[in-house]
Amino acid sequence: MKLGAWLTRHAQNALGSLGTLSRNPVASALTIAVIGIALALPAALNLLVQQGRLLTGDVEATRDFSVYLAPGVDVERAAGLAATLRQREGIARVRLVTADDAAAGLREEPGFAEALATLPANPLPHTLVVRPAPAATAAEVEDLATELRGEPGVDLVRVDTGWLERLTAILDLVRRVVLAAGALLGLTVLFVVGNTIRLDIQNRAQEIEVAKLLGATDAFVRRPFLYLGFWYGLAGGVVALLLIGITLAAMAGPVARLLALYGTGARLGGLGLGTVAGVLLSGITAGWGGAWLAVGRHISAIQPKV
Amino acid sequence: MAAIRFDAVSKRYEGGRDALTDVTFELASGELAFLTGRSGAGKSTVLKLLGLIERPTRGAVIVDGRNVSRLPARDIPAYRQQVGMVFQDNKLLPDRTAYENVALPLIITGTGEREIGRRVRAALDQVGLLDRERQRPPALSAGEQQRLGIARAIVARPRLLIADEPTGNLDPELSLEIMTLFRRLNEVGVTMLIASHDLPLVERLRARRIALADGRLVPVPEAA
Ligand SMILES: Nc1ncnc2c1ncn2[C@@H]1O[C@H](COP(=O)(O)OP(=O)(O)OP(=O)(O)O)[C@@H](O)[C@H]1O
Ligand SMILES: [Mg+2]
Repeated sequence: MKLGAWLTRHAQNALGSLGTLSRNPVASALTIAVIGIALALPAALNLLVQQGRLLTGDVEATRDFSVYLAPGVDVERAAGLAATLRQREGIARVRLVTADDAAAGLREEPGFAEALATLPANPLPHTLVVRPAPAATAAEVEDLATELRGEPGVDLVRVDTGWLERLTAILDLVRRVVLAAGALLGLTVLFVVGNTIRLDIQNRAQEIEVAKLLGATDAFVRRPFLYLGFWYGLAGGVVALLLIGITLAAMAGPVARLLALYGTGARLGGLGLGTVAGVLLSGITAGWGGAWLAVGRHISAIQPKV
Repeated sequence: MAAIRFDAVSKRYEGGRDALTDVTFELASGELAFLTGRSGAGKSTVLKLLGLIERPTRGAVIVDGRNVSRLPARDIPAYRQQVGMVFQDNKLLPDRTAYENVALPLIITGTGEREIGRRVRAALDQVGLLDRERQRPPALSAGEQQRLGIARAIVARPRLLIADEPTGNLDPELSLEIMTLFRRLNEVGVTMLIASHDLPLVERLRARRIALADGRLVPVPEAA
């Protein structure tokens, strides 16, 4: 067969299968909707995990912790200590907040101003705000804090990385759940398409029988059903992307407000090219795969009887 | 082109009685023969063995020197593409137009679009259905459906044509016309085996007869 004829035949098959879809609009739409939802769920969860990662990444920058110096330490020694710390590994930045700065800050807060005024002297210590290096893990930050507690002149070190660890752990768990859900829902698509095509094969048993009588190979008979699976998967993927897009658009406002509350610069990302390609490819793979399952089992079972 | 030999062929359907017993005959390449016999004599069974729709219980069906009854399943499509078959019940697709029904064998062999159009119209013209190409089989009379089945059997220019009661629903005049068409195809070299119990028609055509009775080959009775 010439390449042109071969291409034409495939194009005809593909279009013919599309015609099959349009002949049963309601049933096809239902199948496509189920596939779309099954694909949209894991994809949306995956987007959420990605967003969570971005968010924690943003939060990493605010892992600053405070080193409260002993009351007897004067400003010069505090500055000296800050300078030594800046040389240390694992530390990105050290900021000195003197007792006066801290008191000035407090005076701006309503209520504190009066309380401070009643005190004979400034009770606040000098404080070093330490920002760990971005690459430092939670455990390393904890070690750093322990070390600093042993430094002369250091009164108290307050670190709270626990919540960050918990968030990371939760995100990791969610990521696993997404993987499992994705696998299960992928199987769902496989079976939905497989079953739909099985019914379609049964409805066209007569046609298949006649085609085989006239010398059609199994490959010839299979082809339109495989295309059908392809279209189901592709259409399901498009529906999934629409669902995710609508959800993202509806969520953009509230999420932006929430993120602003936490003072992070993170924004809800849109549908990336990766997600679009991933969803469409998963849909097509599952659709085609489901069709293969169905044709493998049911087409060779149809043998012409005269 | 296509020579046929039945070599001591017996056929017993599963759970049935013997449909054919020890049938031996030969058909030369390019020959035309009628298969006659009463209902249940085994005519359709002979044709089904040739179409590889059934396999013999014993014996061999040889086509062009090849024992086709032993052909592996994957070689059956290529074999069937070279055999034109007219079925007793036509086997037309009711939801396809006459044109689409006749085009099917050509689509299966991957024939180009323009060639399909040319050949389908030629075949429809030969059976007198050119003006019905857009009709679907249920809208055609029994005789027209039969002719549509014949058009589909000849459209791919098979080397061997087997026809099961191709004129069963036709009036004598149309029957003669169809038989004349078969004759013409035979003259260009197509080997033909046609099952028919229309004895007057068969006798009129003065072609070779292979007679069956109760699944056995019997001598052809002399014409009255
Ligand atoms: N699929 C089958 N299963 C069981 N028995 C069958 C089957 N097909 C045919 N037979 C039997 O085999 C015998 C021969 O049948 P066949 O169809 O070959 O006859 P025929 O000569 O074509 O008859 P008719 O003129 O009525 O078409 C009959 O007794 C029939 O009942
Ligand atoms: Mg019969």
